[in-house]
Amino acid sequence: MTTRRFWIFIEQEQGDVHPVSWELIGVARNLASQVQEEAQAAGDEVLVEGILLGHNVRGIAEEAIKYGADHIYLMDDPVLEHYRNCPYYQSIVALVRKHQPEVFLIGATTLGRDLAGAVATSLGTGLTADCTKLEMGEVRGANKMLLLATRPAFGGNIMATIVCRRHQPQMSSVRPRVFPTPAYNPDAEGKIIQEDVDATEEGARACILEFIFAKEDAVDIEYSDVIVTGGRGMGSPEGFKLIKSLADAMGGVVGASRACVDAGWISAAHQVGQSGKTVRPKVYVAAGVSGALQHKVGMQGSDFIIAINTDPNAPIFEVADVGIIGDLYEVIPAMIAEINTRKEAGA
Amino acid sequence: MFHALVAVKQVPDTTNIRIDPETGNLVREGVPAIMNPYDAHALAAAVEWKHKLNGRVTVVSMGPPSFTVTIREAIEMGADRGILVSSRKLAGADTLATSYVLAEVIKAVHAEDPIDLIFFGKQAIDGDTAQVGPGVAVRMDLPIVTYAVDIRAVDLDDDTVVIERKTERWTEVMETPLPALLTCEKEIAEIPFAPLPDLIKSLKYEPEIWTEAGPVEFDVTRIGVKGSPTVVYKMGTPPLPEAGEKINAREKGIQAALDFTFTKAEEAGVLGAMLGGAE
Repeated sequence: MTTRRFWIFIEQEQGDVHPVSWELIGVARNLASQVQEEAQAAGDEVLVEGILLGHNVRGIAEEAIKYGADHIYLMDDPVLEHYRNCPYYQSIVALVRKHQPEVFLIGATTLGRDLAGAVATSLGTGLTADCTKLEMGEVRGANKMLLLATRPAFGGNIMATIVCRRHQPQMSSVRPRVFPTPAYNPDAEGKIIQEDVDATEEGARACILEFIFAKEDAVDIEYSDVIVTGGRGMGSPEGFKLIKSLADAMGGVVGASRACVDAGWISAAHQVGQSGKTVRPKVYVAAGVSGALQHKVGMQGSDFIIAINTDPNAPIFEVADVGIIGDLYEVIPAMIAEINTRKEAGA
Repeated sequence: MFHALVAVKQVPDTTNIRIDPETGNLVREGVPAIMNPYDAHALAAAVEWKHKLNGRVTVVSMGPPSFTVTIREAIEMGADRGILVSSRKLAGADTLATSYVLAEVIKAVHAEDPIDLIFFGKQAIDGDTAQVGPGVAVRMDLPIVTYAVDIRAVDLDDDTVVIERKTERWTEVMETPLPALLTCEKEIAEIPFAPLPDLIKSLKYEPEIWTEAGPVEFDVTRIGVKGSPTVVYKMGTPPLPEAGEKINAREKGIQAALDFTFTKAEEAGVLGAMLGGAE
């Protein structure tokens, strides 16, 4: 009997867990269930396991179990308190060599991307970035099911499914918000396994001198319920003032198309799309956004999409639930007034 | 003397990519090839520090012979030496095989002319993987700083560099020993206009072409398709989402358009979210 291990990296910084970690547990659980039959026939065991690095983070390991992990490997040490590339990737590589997982998923965050490429290279295995669909499937010539990792390519024009035939673990990075958060079960049980840490301060070769917290960095468009995005159709960066007013009225945040970020109208933290953030808010308003494929890839999972554009043929209308053909400078002020009126009526 | 190496990639300008609606194929004609924008900013930063520290800049790229255009562009921007690694045997490389080739080439450059800082763009806009920079750092056993937005100090006496890097939550000021590898955001440096001497130099410049025949000896099992653990299993077009309804505010009036919008929002159960802001 062998154990087929589906691994996920639990990302935490200063004790805050990145929610993509829970989303990954859901994905891994799903993959594990897809091989269940095959494993049973072979007498194999299937496990969903998380790895957690940090200092004084045992509480997070307990949370991860409630989101569906069977085991958590915990590396708890002062050298791992703040994320740094060398000690993290080296510790993880050692853990992978020891336990031999079959699949290993990491969130495609700034931290996860810094880490994943280093881990995969060190292990000499394949890594598929930014997957939007993951499943276990039979591939000709393989003696067991493989991970079929699908990702958008060429700005979202094509979906490419990638396999890693002869190397383990089969690694993928997954963007936040592409998959749903699994159910939280307060009664779930699992095992936390403490692992030794070999990394040392000398070997870290990086010293964080300072953390700078800027207001701009705090923009969290990925997990907002409402996003109002401005595009090049605004005509000038001044347009973001109006976008912000609407976002404020709706209790949401400001998003931006790539064209606006490239033009320097707003910081990249606001960028939605293939080269920016993937979002799935309850309400997404796209104003003056033409709707290039690379943009649509990043927002079409939103529950309700309102597009405002003067061009009736703008591609953004193809994904919008409601398309308003009109000038955003006329429509948005009226929309803000309408929202305020309705709020007063409701109050 | 300061020596910076910059890895650059030529990419199709993905903002201009179109799909043929009849065939569903990628329209490559008329899509301009450009230097990956993040690499261009990384190069600009390297050139800035070359001037500050009286150093030199080498650029390296891997790709077909047409990439010489990008090398010349780098010379125009202030690089002193350009190497293109080009061979059919390298084609089909995934990020693992690519990082192997680049690391071997950079090691060879480093052996004859020691490098202080290696610059990469944070990612290439055609693949968006952000994997090759970290891969090269691991293969060369160098410290890496990703998402660099500012180089505060380069100390060639102490062999240290202080860099600001931007993460999702904050900006970190990080010190690492040299040599080190950076992957850069656009904020790292503005792209200046090329001075005339560099422009003239670039027109006459012949990039060095390195192949599998030399000067670096590659392990053939680690390059190209053979050296790539990942393969494309299948390709498809993304599913088309269902379009909703359009209303013309110019013909029907803005109020009608808004009434329609709010009715649809209510039907979709998101009206509460739309009215979620504070008074």
